[in-house]
Amino acid sequence: MRQFLFFIRKEFLHVWRDLRTMLILFGMPLMQILIFGFALTNEVKNTRIGILDNSNDETTQAITRQLEASRYFDVVENISSNAKLVSSFQTGTIKLAVVFPDHFQEQFLHNKLVQIQLIGDATDPNTANTLINYASAIIMDYQHGLRNQAQIPYSINTEMRMLYNPQLKGSYNFVPGVMAMVLMLVCAMMTSISIVREKEMGTMEVILVSPIVPIRVVIAKMVPYFILSAVNIASILLLSVFVLDVPIQGSLVLLVAECLLFTITVLALGLLISSAADSQQIAMLISLMGLFLPTVMLSGFMFPIENLPVPLRVIANLVPAKWFFTIVKNIMIKGVGFEHVWKETLILMGMTIFFMMVSIKKFKARLE
Amino acid sequence: MNVISVKDLTKRFGNFTAVDRITFEVEQGEIFGFLGANGAGKTTAMRMLCGLSMPTSGEATVAGYDLYKHAEKIKKNIGYMSQKFSLYEDLTIRENIRFYGGIYGLNDGSIKSKTDHLVATLKLEDKVNTLVKSLPLGWKQKLSFSVAMIHDPKIVFLDEPTGGVDPITRREFWTMIFEAAHRGTTVFVTTHYMDEAEYCNRVSIMVDGQVEALGSPEVLKTKYEAKDMGEVFLKLARKAKRGDD
Repeated sequence: MRQFLFFIRKEFLHVWRDLRTMLILFGMPLMQILIFGFALTNEVKNTRIGILDNSNDETTQAITRQLEASRYFDVVENISSNAKLVSSFQTGTIKLAVVFPDHFQEQFLHNKLVQIQLIGDATDPNTANTLINYASAIIMDYQHGLRNQAQIPYSINTEMRMLYNPQLKGSYNFVPGVMAMVLMLVCAMMTSISIVREKEMGTMEVILVSPIVPIRVVIAKMVPYFILSAVNIASILLLSVFVLDVPIQGSLVLLVAECLLFTITVLALGLLISSAADSQQIAMLISLMGLFLPTVMLSGFMFPIENLPVPLRVIANLVPAKWFFTIVKNIMIKGVGFEHVWKETLILMGMTIFFMMVSIKKFKARLE
Repeated sequence: MNVISVKDLTKRFGNFTAVDRITFEVEQGEIFGFLGANGAGKTTAMRMLCGLSMPTSGEATVAGYDLYKHAEKIKKNIGYMSQKFSLYEDLTIRENIRFYGGIYGLNDGSIKSKTDHLVATLKLEDKVNTLVKSLPLGWKQKLSFSVAMIHDPKIVFLDEPTGGVDPITRREFWTMIFEAAHRGTTVFVTTHYMDEAEYCNRVSIMVDGQVEALGSPEVLKTKYEAKDMGEVFLKLARKAKRGDD
């Protein structure tokens, strides 16, 4: 046990001494949360739009005002002609154009039917779609306001309610994702690099000649990163609650327990990598390509898994982060209890035990 | 008294026999030189004796313990200095000593007194809290040797300890080896420097996985009618069929 403590103290010294490690350990979670929280967002806000108003009457002006008033749009341009419209899209000044036909109000009031054309810049299809939807909704809203004055006998109104995330904030989705990413990097990459470094330096041999039991070496390597991960989990949760206003709906104890379980899963993965890699560069490469990329792409954090083609969906099941992401999202955002995440937890546990056994076996075999 | 005795020790990797039925004994307090060209099998043999690698067959006892049955007890009684520099560059001298002392189970008091003694002997008192990476290579090697001896092992294994070190430091290093042997520690050393082979009490020369010659430098020189160990080595090593690997 004493040997063990000496080992852990040494590991901590390595971490304190290395500025790069410290930066990755503590700077990265902070940076990622802030970047994802404030800079990278797929929410639509203040998009620049143009208005081509061929009619310029009370109704068109009212609709324009309503568009302008919403936080989604900024009317930056009153376009005078169809030719100008094309050039505005070409220069990228606007992402959406609203075109009112001639005699808009007249037709609206007399014919009771009128068309507004919405033109979106579909170089980014998702955004274009969202913009068109928002604009249509605002126009419908305006129409709705008129309708209240003149009753129409039959009407179906839809009432929407967004469960769990009423404000549709992106941070609800990425906090669990960032957590998975950070733990992946901290645990898997750092542990594997720190073990491989000892192999590269030749200190591993000296340690293996000493009476310390190899398994203890492995565990001693994991403990500091486990502790640092716990610090990271705490800081991510604090940041998301107090800076990004993402609440923790479910049980905090359960959430932390699941995070620690995932930490052990990734530590085991890191160990597995270290037994396969002979240089720090290779360890880093395997961690990035083999762990980090799948975590980003296949955990459901960036791209919904249901939309993936079947082969990728199958592969996604092998990515531990997918299960972790689901668990964290369920606990944190939906606020469900263990009875709703036990399956995922079990899968994660199974993976952990499997990785642990394989890597310890490989680690022992390498000593031969 | 023999502290190492090896009989028909063999290590095979697939079809390749790295170490082929070697047999020898090493006495307590002896400086035993373990020579051989690259790929002759000396590092593999040494790794087996240190418990880093399991033999395929054969018998061996190290420090009085059986290699197969009491590997853990052997580990407590041997020190090892690897070919690569084996201290942590990002730790200070004191921290390195404390770490290695710690994993060998020394208590705080003896780690402290060992540290004081060690830095005093090496005249590194004013550097005890500096990072090892800032030391010159020669000092690192000497420090590395002292750290390998931190737990007063019965046997110390040195794998090419003086590679890349200047002649003056090599001399100083060998002075430390003589002192250790004088105190009763058995020194098992591999080297490529033939002048160092002359310093050994006895020398074994491995060729193609087998011990081709064994004896004191004087005996070997007479036997092979050579003026120095370099000539003995060349005469034997030329017979090698295995390439340099």
